[in-house]
Amino acid sequence: MNIAESATTRATRIMILAVLIVFTVVPLLSMITTALQKQGTLPSGLSFPVHPQWHNFVDAWNAADFLALLKSSLLIVLGVVPLAVVFSTLAGYGLATARTRSGSVIYGLFILGLTLPAEALISPLYYELRSMGLLDSRFALIFPLLGLFMPFGVFWMRTAFQSLPPELTEAAELDGASSWQTFRRVQLPLVLPSLSSLTILFFLWTWNQFLLVIVLINNPADGNMAGALATFQGEYGTNVVLLCAGALIIMAPSLVVFFFFQRQFVRALLQGAVK
Amino acid sequence: MTSSNTRASSAAAPAAGPDTPVRRRRPSRRGSRWGWLLWTLPALAVYGGFVLYPLVETVEYSFYNWDGIGVATPAGLANYQRVFTESALYTSIINSFVLIVFFTVIPVVLGLISAVLMRELKGRGVGTLIRTLLFLPEVVPLAGAAIAWTWMYSPDGVVNQVLQAVGLGSQEHAWLGDFSTALPAVGIIGTWVVTGFCTVLLLVGIAKIDQSLFEAARLDGAGRWQEFRAVTLPGLRRELVVCVTVTIIAALASFDVVYISTQGGPGYSTMVPGLQIYQLTFIKQQVGQASALAVVLVALVLVLIIPIQRLGRER
Repeated sequence: MNIAESATTRATRIMILAVLIVFTVVPLLSMITTALQKQGTLPSGLSFPVHPQWHNFVDAWNAADFLALLKSSLLIVLGVVPLAVVFSTLAGYGLATARTRSGSVIYGLFILGLTLPAEALISPLYYELRSMGLLDSRFALIFPLLGLFMPFGVFWMRTAFQSLPPELTEAAELDGASSWQTFRRVQLPLVLPSLSSLTILFFLWTWNQFLLVIVLINNPADGNMAGALATFQGEYGTNVVLLCAGALIIMAPSLVVFFFFQRQFVRALLQGAVK
Repeated sequence: MTSSNTRASSAAAPAAGPDTPVRRRRPSRRGSRWGWLLWTLPALAVYGGFVLYPLVETVEYSFYNWDGIGVATPAGLANYQRVFTESALYTSIINSFVLIVFFTVIPVVLGLISAVLMRELKGRGVGTLIRTLLFLPEVVPLAGAAIAWTWMYSPDGVVNQVLQAVGLGSQEHAWLGDFSTALPAVGIIGTWVVTGFCTVLLLVGIAKIDQSLFEAARLDGAGRWQEFRAVTLPGLRRELVVCVTVTIIAALASFDVVYISTQGGPGYSTMVPGLQIYQLTFIKQQVGQASALAVVLVALVLVLIIPIQRLGRER
């Protein structure tokens, strides 16, 4: 009887998981099968393409000006991620060593931003960047993103530095190491895992940023891939086949990077959430 | 920056006390009292300039009527009053609460169920594959998810196709175009995006629970449900708090998905505060009104998140 029971529970278990996986995969699958249909036809959601039209991807590639988008997205990532990681690390270290009340006040100021939705800042950001003459340039994305990443980055790196055993720093100090030397030679090597997780998260958030691109960038070629999805939908909304092909191409880099760095991604996202 | 810091701290180094354990904490008080501030300056500069300053500006704008071009006139509390009395405005707040059901409640429940089920599903390879698949929606841009689902919901999309296949063809319609189904339909996009994330997070949490607790429960004759109540749920407290926090913020700030899938329509049936702030500022040119809504949104997030965080810290 016991065996029969465990067999049924096992079956239910697999059933529930299967439903969840189908729910997760079907929207993407529907996009792929649609993208391979003949252009100008009206395919239904999930239908196997008898004659897969691979050149749809070429057409969409050209229509979306994919190379320009890729270049722009990379430029934005290069402008944001390294600086954001450096700034977060420096501030995280500084605040981890600060023992004064003013230190906690500044840290509290950063924490305040952790739950702040960017939606609440877009109107003033728009006018601020306009008066700085940065609107429609990539700097209009780079500066606000740097600022928006700081609460999490500082919080993350401060936690990392604080979790190091204090004896290490003290030993270094007794040996006469300066603050910078302690940081560079003792502490920094030990927080490298946290640093790489932070880099992955910042990359993902920059790559997928949508709101700021829609508000602050006029020409999609100056924005990123996520923002380009809106433009592409606007232009090819009626051509479902091309829309799906284009959206897939635009989403492909995120997926490729994810499959390559899967383990790191999952770890970063989970750690990022729990800490 | 580096050099000044170095000098300050090396001057203080000889002051480090004798190596008794109690005094050991002292050296970290090193340097000038403000040495640490130098390290935080770059972060403070970008954060102050592009987050705190706009935040203060939002609050300021909210007390004015301003079209973004001309002269702003003081409005007192009128903008706030309208947020709570004009249906076009408070609808968006109510909608975002409905979305919490789809972004938070359903994914957390689904995540709990599947995480508990997967715990006992041995076999490493399968587990990794499932985890990878479930994580996909978390990685693609939200705008991409919205495009995929807009196609799912369209008259020729998968949802109607499935209904027809199971003999419910009479239920077919344009899900995002109908006043009664548009909001739940948008909500399910959110469910799709966050459920995998919650599942994997809870799964990792379950793995951290001391196995002997499960064994003890079994020995005490606890059933599945009792074991879940007494061991699994309390053990997952931290992870649950994280899931709820992250997904509530996602629900309240669901700009990307709504912008792509419905633009807030039909009517205001899927309008959310994030999108409305955008439309008020850039289409209707009511910057003051948009800012009042933004302040209410920030307050709303804090009011919901702070008690949940407290709950996570208790122990």
